[in-house]
Amino acid sequence: MTEPLQWARYHWQRLMGGRIRSEDERLYNYSSLLACGGKSSQTPKLAGKQHRVVIPHLQPFKDEYDRFSGTYMNNRIRTTKYTLLNFVPRNLFEQFHRAANLYFLFLVVLNWVPLVEAFQKEITMLPLVVVLTIIAIKDGLEDYQKYTIDKHINNLVTKVYSRKEKKYIDCCWKDVTVGDFIRLSCNEIIPADLVLLFSTDPDGICHIETSGLDGESNLKQRQVVRGYAEQDSEVDPEKFSSRIECESPNNDLNRFQGFLEHSNKQRVGLSKENLLLRGCTIRNTESVVGIVVYAGHETKAMLNNPGPRYKRSKLERRANTDVLWCVLLLVIMCLTGALGHGIWLSRYENVLFFNIPEPDGHIISPTLAGFYMFWTMIILLQVLIPISLYVSIEIVKLGQIYFIQSDVDFYSEKMDSTVQCRALNIAEDLGQIQYLFSDKTGTLTENKMVFRRCSVAGFDYCHEENAKRLESYQEAVSEDEDYTDTLSSSLSNMAKPRAPCCRTVPSGALGNKFSDHLSGSTSAVGSGEGAGEVFHSRQAAFSSPIETDVVPDTRLLNKFSQITPHLFTSLDGTIQRPPLETLYIMDFFIALAICNTVVVCAPNQPRQKIRLSSLSGTPIKSLEEIKNLFQRLSVRRSSSPSLASGKELPSGVPSTFVSRLSLFTRMKLTSPMEEEVSPIRKSSQDCGNSACCMEIEKPNNNAAITDSKVESLPGLPLASNLCYEAESPDEAALVYAARAYQCTLQSRTPEQVMVDFAALGPLTFQLLHILPFDSVRKRMSVVVRHPLSNEVVVYTKGADSAVMELLSIVSPEGANLEKEQMIIREKTQKHLDDYAKRGLRTLCIAKKVMSDTEYAEWLRNHFLAETSIDNREELLIESAMRLENKLTLLGATGIEDRLQEGVPESIEALHKAGIKIWMLTGDKQETAVNIAYACKLLEPNDKLFILNSQSKDACEMQMSIILKDLQKKTPASPGQRSLRKGSPQPPITQNSGQRAGLIITGKTLEFALQESLQRQFLELTSWSHAVVCCRATPLQKSEVVKLVRNHLQVMTLAIGDGANDVSMIQVADIGIGVLGQEGMQAVMASDFAISQFRHLSKLLLVHGHWCYMRLSNMILYFFYKNVAYVNLLFWYQFFCGFSGTSMTDYWVLIFFNLLFTSAPPVIYGVLEKDVSADTLMQLPELYQSGQKSEAYLPLTFWITLLDAFYQSLICFFVPYFTYEGSDIDVFTFGNPLNTAALFVILLHLIIESKSLVYISSSSRIPVSISNSES
Amino acid sequence: MAMNCNAKGEVDGGPQCALGGAAKTRRPDNTAFKQQRLPAWQPILTAGTVLPTFFIVGLIFIPIGIGIFVTSNNIREIEIDYTGTEPSSPCNKCLSPDVTPCVCTINFTVEKAFEGNVFMYYGLSNFYQNHRRYVKSRDDSQLNGDSSALHNPSKECEPYRRNEDLPIAPCGAIANSMFNDTLELFLVANKSDPTPTPIHLKRKGIAWWTDKYVKFRNPPGEGALQERFKGTTKPVNWLKPVYMLDSEEDNNGFINEDFIVWMRTAALPTFRKLYRLIEWKNDLHPTLPAGQYYLNITYNYPVHSFDGRKRMILSTISWMGGKNPFLGIAYITVGSIAFLLGVVLLVVNHKYRNSSNTADTIAF
Repeated sequence: MTEPLQWARYHWQRLMGGRIRSEDERLYNYSSLLACGGKSSQTPKLAGKQHRVVIPHLQPFKDEYDRFSGTYMNNRIRTTKYTLLNFVPRNLFEQFHRAANLYFLFLVVLNWVPLVEAFQKEITMLPLVVVLTIIAIKDGLEDYQKYTIDKHINNLVTKVYSRKEKKYIDCCWKDVTVGDFIRLSCNEIIPADLVLLFSTDPDGICHIETSGLDGESNLKQRQVVRGYAEQDSEVDPEKFSSRIECESPNNDLNRFQGFLEHSNKQRVGLSKENLLLRGCTIRNTESVVGIVVYAGHETKAMLNNPGPRYKRSKLERRANTDVLWCVLLLVIMCLTGALGHGIWLSRYENVLFFNIPEPDGHIISPTLAGFYMFWTMIILLQVLIPISLYVSIEIVKLGQIYFIQSDVDFYSEKMDSTVQCRALNIAEDLGQIQYLFSDKTGTLTENKMVFRRCSVAGFDYCHEENAKRLESYQEAVSEDEDYTDTLSSSLSNMAKPRAPCCRTVPSGALGNKFSDHLSGSTSAVGSGEGAGEVFHSRQAAFSSPIETDVVPDTRLLNKFSQITPHLFTSLDGTIQRPPLETLYIMDFFIALAICNTVVVCAPNQPRQKIRLSSLSGTPIKSLEEIKNLFQRLSVRRSSSPSLASGKELPSGVPSTFVSRLSLFTRMKLTSPMEEEVSPIRKSSQDCGNSACCMEIEKPNNNAAITDSKVESLPGLPLASNLCYEAESPDEAALVYAARAYQCTLQSRTPEQVMVDFAALGPLTFQLLHILPFDSVRKRMSVVVRHPLSNEVVVYTKGADSAVMELLSIVSPEGANLEKEQMIIREKTQKHLDDYAKRGLRTLCIAKKVMSDTEYAEWLRNHFLAETSIDNREELLIESAMRLENKLTLLGATGIEDRLQEGVPESIEALHKAGIKIWMLTGDKQETAVNIAYACKLLEPNDKLFILNSQSKDACEMQMSIILKDLQKKTPASPGQRSLRKGSPQPPITQNSGQRAGLIITGKTLEFALQESLQRQFLELTSWSHAVVCCRATPLQKSEVVKLVRNHLQVMTLAIGDGANDVSMIQVADIGIGVLGQEGMQAVMASDFAISQFRHLSKLLLVHGHWCYMRLSNMILYFFYKNVAYVNLLFWYQFFCGFSGTSMTDYWVLIFFNLLFTSAPPVIYGVLEKDVSADTLMQLPELYQSGQKSEAYLPLTFWITLLDAFYQSLICFFVPYFTYEGSDIDVFTFGNPLNTAALFVILLHLIIESKSLVYISSSSRIPVSISNSES
Repeated sequence: MAMNCNAKGEVDGGPQCALGGAAKTRRPDNTAFKQQRLPAWQPILTAGTVLPTFFIVGLIFIPIGIGIFVTSNNIREIEIDYTGTEPSSPCNKCLSPDVTPCVCTINFTVEKAFEGNVFMYYGLSNFYQNHRRYVKSRDDSQLNGDSSALHNPSKECEPYRRNEDLPIAPCGAIANSMFNDTLELFLVANKSDPTPTPIHLKRKGIAWWTDKYVKFRNPPGEGALQERFKGTTKPVNWLKPVYMLDSEEDNNGFINEDFIVWMRTAALPTFRKLYRLIEWKNDLHPTLPAGQYYLNITYNYPVHSFDGRKRMILSTISWMGGKNPFLGIAYITVGSIAFLLGVVLLVVNHKYRNSSNTADTIAF
């Protein structure tokens, strides 16, 4: 009921807002989303209550329910604007928001005034009616589409408790109301905002995935309401007698406050930890029960849905001002007419011939007649304001969007998606972009952390095979189906690799490659003695196989295979020590596996992404099938004679040949299973890019060291699915890498970590302490008790700069070892530099062995630090420093966040096109700079300036120093000059040879964005060729965009893929979302969605250019044709006593815009090509004409107008002189004039067009002919 | 509905929609139309195409212009202003409203005989027949013989709709202001014979066929015109009612051709209207032989108040209509300009072709 009111209020605000500041339209209320606890403007007032009370929607409480919750919205959603009944009035109301439509309405009304009536009343209405109808049809169709989607969502099924049947029954989403109990199973989507009352998880935890909502792809934990977690049995809705009181619906995703009041008045607090949000998906939890507190439009998800976006393009704003100029011109012309008529009439005051008296006989005075004439003239010359302009613009934009969307170059095979144009009316802005703000992760890069290289004990293992796998990854995926053939043929024909998928694979890695293909597993070469046979099969995971399937480096693998229990058994008694390197390798991999906060997913709860269309429970079913298949598989495996286990590898003899041999015996073994494997792959693919990794593993009974935890776990299934949930993708990448070397992280609990170490069997590390990662220390450490040596060991992992400083300087073991460490450090440093140069993210791994006493002492101090109240942070850091020192360097890793295909090329092209590119990332400086180099945002010989200061003054100092430095190099400082002028024109400093790059960190950015430093900062950036902002928060990102957009008055484009980019996407003139790993949030907020960054170059350079050129020329043409045509009428006024006579029929006048000259410009606007796509791509410089708005400058408008005046003069006066003094009558004079003008106007368009497409030229001719006959 | 599920990201998990998505990809069709690769004609202006165009335009336009100019010059036309504002003019006496009816005579000489059909026009200057309210002030259905409109004319005719409670037929300002001078032409055969020969002026055939037979009709009825117009009154300014405009039945009432011609409002304030036809009899005698003529004018129509002029025009016609040198001159001018430009550009092209590499792409 309140809805229409709200709607009216909303539009009233929009109307007012639009009048006050057109800027406002582009600022969306994202700030309220970001700012915590901000006031929620959209909160519907509910019966004057600040809080809402939720009572179970069940019989016993019916009265109470009706009293409190009856008025709350139910879960039916309606995003459509219109209903069948209100469509006509509401659509008209909407449409008359347009100034142009109001103007024409005014004209229609004016024509009903008898004194000024120029045309027949009915005729004047026609154009308006036609225009309104076209737009209404368009709106109606759009709304109908929304309606079908709404209907689909409303009819989704969920399980709601029904008292009648005393169980949960299927129910449509739309029938869910506040107070209902809902039971959801794993992977189901939450239909409304629920308070979690029960979870099958023993700890009362439920995992949800919020990617649909905020784009974050990691799982979030939600907690059952306190007091309910302890209950063993499922909560019984019958017995639920508490009431929930919580805040009114608001759009703040991060806040939920309320309490649950039991019948005994005992209150339990509720927080956002207890709230399950609509649109999220239940993961890793078998089933949950919750009570609905917000439903439908009152859910946080819906309140955060801003609805359709209205942006007005720069071109349209430009056109609007020129429409105003046209209005001014019209007024001038009408004034001329009015004055002329007055003067003319005063000459013939008493001549009844011309000065026809009013019906009642009296004669109006010339002044009054002039006044009336003004309005008559406005009606007569109304054609000057192109009524069809707006309709035509809209149609043209639709056409342009259609062509953008059907460009096959934007199609991405992987995603099966092409470009999505979500904002229909700013396509031409794509041609005018001056500043581009890009996110890094996921936009420029694929957001797939791939383990690339590592250096252990001073030896670089470059993992060539892995690199090759990455290269051929794309091919390999598409060729999955053929692998059977490939396999057999290459087995028989090994020396001559022939199948495309093994083209790049050297024979040594062939086996790995195939086993990889075959089962998607890491190969189990050299499983060691007694280890039995391990057969891994992993499915394409949430992290895609490219991240998880690491192919081990053969060299390292060989060294790795030397690690046997022998080494350690002998370690105890004899003096013989294992080679130091081997120990390093072992420690290195243990560190990789345990020095993190990775969570191992519980086996039976696969994390599975499902789609809307597969909601009916099929994926779960198919998963079940997969599991069964795997089980069958492993049974078969274990019953078949195990060849590989018998083929024990001679330890300590690293031989490529042997390992290869072993591989191929395995291959033969696995080949009979192909039929089974392939359906598995297929079925799992069917469930989408699904998200789980499964391992089939035969329990390792021979393992020497038993682990109580594993065995105590009840019913550890044969098929276990391992899936790593990491805070950052790099961590997961390292764990996956370790697993590739048979060092598998098996489980993690707060007390211990279990690692399945290939040769040694499962090792259980007692977890003594974790020092989590923070950005100050840039490292993290775990303190464990090593199960083999029983020593306390600290494993540290961190940025190279942080770790290298902490290495032990004096080693207690003696000079020899010390020297060795030195060598390792030098070598590793070299490798690190090398990695960084290649754009890899580097991490150093180090360890330290402590004695128990040392540890005890540290722990005591640390405990003090933890419990202190003052300076706790500092004390903790100090304490960490005490632990993380005298480290022994083990090695380093290089992880690649792979650049997307074609990114450097695109960036180069966009640079050439004169677009300034800023990279705004939340990542750390080193990585950001690395990627900036890798994607050619920075060139190797660019001069880098780094702004990194801790205070505002320091920041100011730094900026002025850099500015001076820059100004010295180029004496003329255009930047300064222009900035002072107030209309800043960023100077382009490319000519000075050396380009400058500016790096600014988030902390410093905060200072730079402050009012007083803004100008200096902008000046500085205008000198820089590329700007990289690292460690920027989402809010900062949007502030940077806002700053540049508002202060430099430039067209900005923001591109990003994650929720953290949403704010900047919304603030920029054009927001582009990249369909990527991180959910839909960015796409939902964007104007255009593309699947890869490289598509941006064609989108801007070709389509942007075209759209801009076409539309601007079309708009200019509209002005031209209307001015040219109307002036014919105007000139005639000089020969008819300014009496407002039109020399043609009214119909011709009205149809001029609607019929005779409507189609050709539209066709021109859709199909015109001034330059071909290939040329535009090859010469990005052509884009600059759009940036400077060359096609449509204010001057261009006036020139066009002059041209129109000139042409209309010719069109009028040639017939005039021809017929001068003859017996020509009004219409006989008007018709040739009209026809000539039409021909000239249409020919003008043909001259304007650079290319005449067949259909466009053929459609023009009939129009002209039809008119000339009229 | 695979297309739709992305639109609601709220519950959407990923970019792909349907399970069977493999069969139905969203890859756009690779057709020439969708990929904007339709065959198109992209003319590039080069010296090779532009120069000939200029010359051809010049060469076509100049002869046409000359032809039109010559034709226009061959048209014989005589124009006699009989407004009588000059004191010396014989019609000066008629300016005062007292003299009614006022008849004046103007002598003129035809130097060269008029061959073929000769058209006699009356011309008015400064008469704004194209005034918006004047143009509208008529009732077309009344003129078309609609009897209800005859007795109840349209409101457009106000204030010339009714006079003394009788409907005016024909109503409106146009009809009311109808030109009512009578012009007669006499040839003084020779000096010796003072009795002038009247030239036969044909009253019919001066209106458009569609006007006379389609748009204008007398009110229906059997009796005489006077009966059919019963119950109406004449326009205020008229001297006699509409059914007395002519003696002949088929040129009287609304279908009187002088009336029809007047009702077709002129486009410009200075205009002429066809008054009479002087038909060409045979090859032997010119229609109007050279000699002394005099024009007898019954001066009724006042133009003095608005500084108007009244003229009598005698003119022959050609295939291109009446005498008008403008069109020929315009053609010649445009053709010459094009030709000249062509020459200039040819020189420019010739001179600078070798100095720049873009020999063929001088953009105009």
